[in-house]
Amino acid sequence: MPRNYLKTADHEWYRQRINLAVGIVLAAFLILLLRLFYLQLIEGQEFRRLSENNCIRLQSIDPPRGLIFDRHGRLLVDNRASFDLSINPRDARPLDQTLGRLACFSGLDLSQIQSQITRHRQQAAYRPIPLRRDMNRDALAAIEARRYDLPGVVVEVRARRHYLYGESAGHLLGYLGEVDADELAGGKYPGYRSGDFIGKTGAEKAFETLLRGERGGRQVEVDARGQVVRVLRTVDAVPGRNLRLSIDQRLQAVAESALGTHTGAVVALDPNTGQVLAMVSQPSFDPNLFVGGISRADWQDLISNPKRPMENKAIQAEYPPASLYKVVTALAGLQEGVVDAHTRISCAGQMSFGNRVYRCWKKGGHGQLNILEAISQSCDVFFYQTGIKLGVDRLAWYARACGLGALTGVDLDHEQAGLIPTAAWKQGRFGVPWQRGETLSIAIGQGFNLVTPLQMAVLMAAVGNGGTLYRPQLLYGVDRGQDGPVEPVPAAVTGKIPVGEQVLAMVQEGLFRVVQSERGTARRIRLDDVAISGKTGTAQVFSRKGDADRNAPVADHLKDHAWFGAYAPSQNPQIAVAVVVEHGESGSSAAAPVAKAVIQAYLKPDDPVAPVEMVSVDPAENEE
Amino acid sequence: MMFDRRLIQNFDWGLMAAVTLLALVGVLTLYSAVNADPAAHQRSLHTKQMIWFAMGLGAMAMSLTISYKTLGRWAPILYGLVVAMLVAVLVVGKFAGGSQRWLLIGPISVQPSEPIKICVVIMLARHYAKEVTTRGFRLRELAWPMAITGLPFVLIVRQPDLGTAMLLLLIAVSMTVFVKIERRTALKIIAFGTVMAPLVWFFLKGYQKQRILTFLDPGRDPLGAGYHIIQSKIAIGSGMLTGKGYLKGTQNALSFLPEQHTDFIFSVLAEEWGFAGSALLLMLFLLLILWGLKVAADSRDPFGIILAVGVTAMIFWQVVINIGMVMGLMPVVGVPLPFVSYGGSSVMSMMVCAGLLINVRMRRFLVE
Repeated sequence: MPRNYLKTADHEWYRQRINLAVGIVLAAFLILLLRLFYLQLIEGQEFRRLSENNCIRLQSIDPPRGLIFDRHGRLLVDNRASFDLSINPRDARPLDQTLGRLACFSGLDLSQIQSQITRHRQQAAYRPIPLRRDMNRDALAAIEARRYDLPGVVVEVRARRHYLYGESAGHLLGYLGEVDADELAGGKYPGYRSGDFIGKTGAEKAFETLLRGERGGRQVEVDARGQVVRVLRTVDAVPGRNLRLSIDQRLQAVAESALGTHTGAVVALDPNTGQVLAMVSQPSFDPNLFVGGISRADWQDLISNPKRPMENKAIQAEYPPASLYKVVTALAGLQEGVVDAHTRISCAGQMSFGNRVYRCWKKGGHGQLNILEAISQSCDVFFYQTGIKLGVDRLAWYARACGLGALTGVDLDHEQAGLIPTAAWKQGRFGVPWQRGETLSIAIGQGFNLVTPLQMAVLMAAVGNGGTLYRPQLLYGVDRGQDGPVEPVPAAVTGKIPVGEQVLAMVQEGLFRVVQSERGTARRIRLDDVAISGKTGTAQVFSRKGDADRNAPVADHLKDHAWFGAYAPSQNPQIAVAVVVEHGESGSSAAAPVAKAVIQAYLKPDDPVAPVEMVSVDPAENEE
Repeated sequence: MMFDRRLIQNFDWGLMAAVTLLALVGVLTLYSAVNADPAAHQRSLHTKQMIWFAMGLGAMAMSLTISYKTLGRWAPILYGLVVAMLVAVLVVGKFAGGSQRWLLIGPISVQPSEPIKICVVIMLARHYAKEVTTRGFRLRELAWPMAITGLPFVLIVRQPDLGTAMLLLLIAVSMTVFVKIERRTALKIIAFGTVMAPLVWFFLKGYQKQRILTFLDPGRDPLGAGYHIIQSKIAIGSGMLTGKGYLKGTQNALSFLPEQHTDFIFSVLAEEWGFAGSALLLMLFLLLILWGLKVAADSRDPFGIILAVGVTAMIFWQVVINIGMVMGLMPVVGVPLPFVSYGGSSVMSMMVCAGLLINVRMRRFLVE
């Protein structure tokens, strides 16, 4: 036996150990009993008093929501004081009498108050039930003066969101609304309670976690009327972070006024970071309408408007890219070697393919041209030929590599991906094989092609900056308060246009000539001191059958959409812009001047902003 | 082995009576806890609790018919099974209130951290009974017991359920101290702990420190745990000498108490029955625990003694921690009050504990 030198534990030893245990148990119970004695018999009177009114309560302290500035520190969104009326029915005894008086003093409807109370019955006993937000001064004075006749009625000062520029950048900023049951149940927003406000759209939603801060609270002792007698403990709320958005409010305003009353969108990006400098969608809405809960009439107005003011057209509206797409066709054609610098194609104003005639926008034809001339004069025939040689699937591969047909990943909800068709897609969607003739329409950006203005801005930025595709970002930085200056958010690269340097340079030259050459489609927006590169486009809304006169006048809602995509200066661009003017008829006359105004305002901030003239041109001369 | 008639003669009716009394107090208080508030929505909890007790009686019968020595032989398999369930909880368990403690098996959800406590007690008792000497255990000899406790401990911490993990540790340490740790080893362990604590603290992240500090001092969180403790103290204190009367507790009625049917059931009782009632309940628990130690003292078998001490330690710590917590003496942890708090897992596990004590008591004269 290895352990025989050790004494085996006998019964007597166990007895001793158990006695020790008994001692410990008795000591522990003595402590519990003494504590019980202390709480119930010595302090009992005081605790009984405290329990009579259930007078230790928790009050919530809402954190002030973070302010929103533009990239230069201009205040866009702040908080204003709002006097909110609420009631604690447990204190409002006798309830009926108090409610009657309250209805009389506050001008609120008695049945409305009662239904509000029934609706909130289930919530924790000590939380006041909100009756009315943002009371006006008179109602407030009436309530305050009769405070002692209104037990349980509380006036709280709470923050109310205020959007300084109204409709300007409404889509981008978004608005707040009461948190709904789905958001509470989703688990994505822990710590939210019903009645809390939460960002519903735009930056308010995208940056909710930064803006919100952390709720604080205090333990208070209240008297029988529900008035606070003593504050016991306080946990301060942590204010939300102040944000700087990437937009430049001045540029935003210029873009909005340049677009004027037209329906459409403008996106301006910093081509070297992907930051959004301006994002306009017209018509817009005023987020202030939503602050106190939007009225039924206002909501009806917004959603029944045929121009869809609630839609952020910069990211949600999908348009045929029209001639802007020739940038993609040119890149693909050059990189794949189906065309090169020496390729010359003759345009007679139309071209036959299969048993159909495909027209160029210029009735008389462009004559012989090379790719630079084809881009600058937007010759359809040249790109029909290029498209046929590429085929739909190769073209689609390049379009996707340029970021089309996919979400850009901007920090906003409900972004649309657009559509870049392939032969397989059509077979799957319609059960019909691809017709080669359709490739011709695709090559000039018509047909099934759909893009958003933001996607086109990202593409123009990439062409200008040497091929880098960035994820568009709305956040410039988060305010660090005392800890130093705003720390900029790093740029996020999502891809590179898959073409060689020379190919890109050639397309850049083509875009340069669109504005700078004598026959360029956007020569009218040429500036003396800044070289702009860009591309016009006119998206058909309504296809004209056969030989119908292309320039015959049509109703407004059937007029073509006007596109312009640009970057400037042509060397080392500082800004990239995409403009869509719905039913603006022609890219050169309607969209290009808007882009010019934005570029000018950004690169020459000291120049006075000239009013934009969307030239109305003679239809015969109407260019793409 | 034939079922001996002496077993029935030796059945521990006293212990059974104490358990029944506690269960009765529990159901009555539960009825008050869920029915005093007219807006309450769990009115039938006391009926459910009675069903749990009926099922608990079955579990108890099972745990006392098979000799505890046979149970001891089967313990490793049981232990392995429950540990596997603890692992499963982490992988596929159900989330509730920020942690993952429940395992769904068909229609029922099981909380394996309850049975693991009993498994660890049996495993440790079995091991210590073989190895015990009057000299006490040395560090190297404690390696195996540490492994037995450490494995489930880590798994429960990961859920995370800090309260149950600490409880498991307390039970294991109590049993080890009972079979004696050699003096120099004990000093070494204490010294090691004193050095390690600040080191571990240094490596913890900010929010982890915050959680531990709040755990130790609920007053640091006046909007959460601290508020609950204040309300609980008001409820208990306002009971004064004779209480407000059955079904007349006001703190309880207005839902000011959190979890008043589970962890805070003692506050409900103390408010309604006052010092007289709550001191009586305390004495009933004391009686039960001393009874458990008496079972240990009367047994002739080291395994039986240590098993009885372990099971008693388990009941003891839960009572002390729960009542200490609601009176503001202890950290706020989710430890239910044995036999009284609502909850299937807790009732079953406590009934098995009682069954084990009766098991040891019944077989004190039997020599295998």
